[in-house]
Amino acid sequence: MNNKVGIIGVGQSAFVRTYPGSIRELVFESFREAMTDAGIARTDIDATVVCSAPEYDKQRSPAGVIAEYLGLNPQPTFYAETLCSSSSTGLRLAYSLVASGLHDMVMVIGFQIMSQLTSNESQERMGRGADIQWESPFGTMMPAYYAMHAQAHMAKYGTTPEDLALIRVKAATYGQLNPLAVYRKPVTLEQFTDPASFLGGPVATPLRAGDCCANADGSSCLIVASEEKARAFSKKPVWIKGVGAASAPVNMAGRARLSGLDAAEEAARQAYKMAGITAADINVAEVHDCFTIAELMAYENLGFAKPGEGRDLIRAKETYKDGKIPVNVDGGLLSKGHPIGATGGSQVRTIVLQLRGEAGEIQVKDPVFGLVHNIGGVGLYGNVTIFGVD
Amino acid sequence: MAKNELDTRFSEFGTVSFAAVTRVNDFIGNLENGKLTGTRCVKCGKTFFPPRAQCCECLAAEMEWFEVTGEGELVSYSTLQYAPTGFTDEVPYTIALVDYGDYKVFGRIDGSVPQEDLSVGMKLKAAVARTSNGRLTYVFERSQVK
Repeated sequence: MNNKVGIIGVGQSAFVRTYPGSIRELVFESFREAMTDAGIARTDIDATVVCSAPEYDKQRSPAGVIAEYLGLNPQPTFYAETLCSSSSTGLRLAYSLVASGLHDMVMVIGFQIMSQLTSNESQERMGRGADIQWESPFGTMMPAYYAMHAQAHMAKYGTTPEDLALIRVKAATYGQLNPLAVYRKPVTLEQFTDPASFLGGPVATPLRAGDCCANADGSSCLIVASEEKARAFSKKPVWIKGVGAASAPVNMAGRARLSGLDAAEEAARQAYKMAGITAADINVAEVHDCFTIAELMAYENLGFAKPGEGRDLIRAKETYKDGKIPVNVDGGLLSKGHPIGATGGSQVRTIVLQLRGEAGEIQVKDPVFGLVHNIGGVGLYGNVTIFGVD
Repeated sequence: MAKNELDTRFSEFGTVSFAAVTRVNDFIGNLENGKLTGTRCVKCGKTFFPPRAQCCECLAAEMEWFEVTGEGELVSYSTLQYAPTGFTDEVPYTIALVDYGDYKVFGRIDGSVPQEDLSVGMKLKAAVARTSNGRLTYVFERSQVK
């Protein structure tokens, strides 16, 4: 498929601890921003893809109620799910629907309301995104699986808990600047060892509370368009240059290694190949930092650093805004919070704003290529998407 | 077992089980007999842990059981000080992945192994055990020093 596909509208609700409303009302917040951004009418939209992680939803088949509430009947709507990377999968589907010529304009909506469960219940639900038959009976949860990756990375390469904490410090540096983020306070390395701070609190060794992102309520919305429509509606369309997606065994027993995510590496390989570029060409990236170790592994899986050398990037501040490869300069999941289904769309929004030069205080200088790395489950679903400007 | 009655033995597995009916329910019977077992494809010989009833390599659906014996190598582990609903009474506990060469086994390390003694690459062996609420499971223990 050689047809160019662009993004002409992006929107995100504030990511908050508790949204005082229902999923349809939460979705409306990002929908309004994306519609205004694109300057289109509802009738311009040919189809919607609605994305979330269903274990949080009381509403079955949420695509129906959301399409109705947004006034998007009778256009087709359907649901897509790959846990935490659901809206990247939605974007992949929208890309193919438009590139194939079936539709001219497709909306991708991601959302999650997580606040209606306790934190322990939430761990249990998310844990069931792993292997419920053979792993969940041992009392597993997402932080513990990622902690096993951190332990393996530390044993193999000598990465330290302080290296991981540095990633949280960077996230907080930019989270303070993001009005849509849940966590907007500064974080210092010293707080991780200060008993008075929650950041050093135990979760699952070697990960501490400060290594983990927070649950949040939020929504995101992307408007994907054919080249013709994109040029007609947008002064500066951002093009989807490469899409990569891969999967890995759910059960840790099926993994060849725990010191990296093979699905992320494979998705990156596909996306770079399709875009005809390499890691060195990326000017700004959003990676799935659900945990600090996830960002560190992303540096290596995306080729920003060699295996085992991710720590050198963060130690040298090369992933800060003025570094060699700025990563998560919107604060990342660690600051924004992680409303599962909305996260991928939020990452894409940040990259689109960067490539348009509209990112404000966090604007990277004249980026040409941006990348989004969005992972579902514990490296179960890998999604890498590359964006570029004309 | 009476006709039309479902074999739900898998519901006895682990602190909290999220599955009941599976074609590999003899795994539970084997645990009751003190054996941790995986399956081997009768046709192509591929070994599986966790056990499975069907072979994705050769499409056969005939398996034989083998016992997980000997030492494996600790691939990684994590000690949970925070737990999901259903497990909060058990913290701290340590989950782990152990490599046996042809296959890997995911499970918990026995509470008798001090956390400070754990290190990636150490040798462990699996043993059938009971959870704190008296249900069937298996744990990794330190190999006996000869």
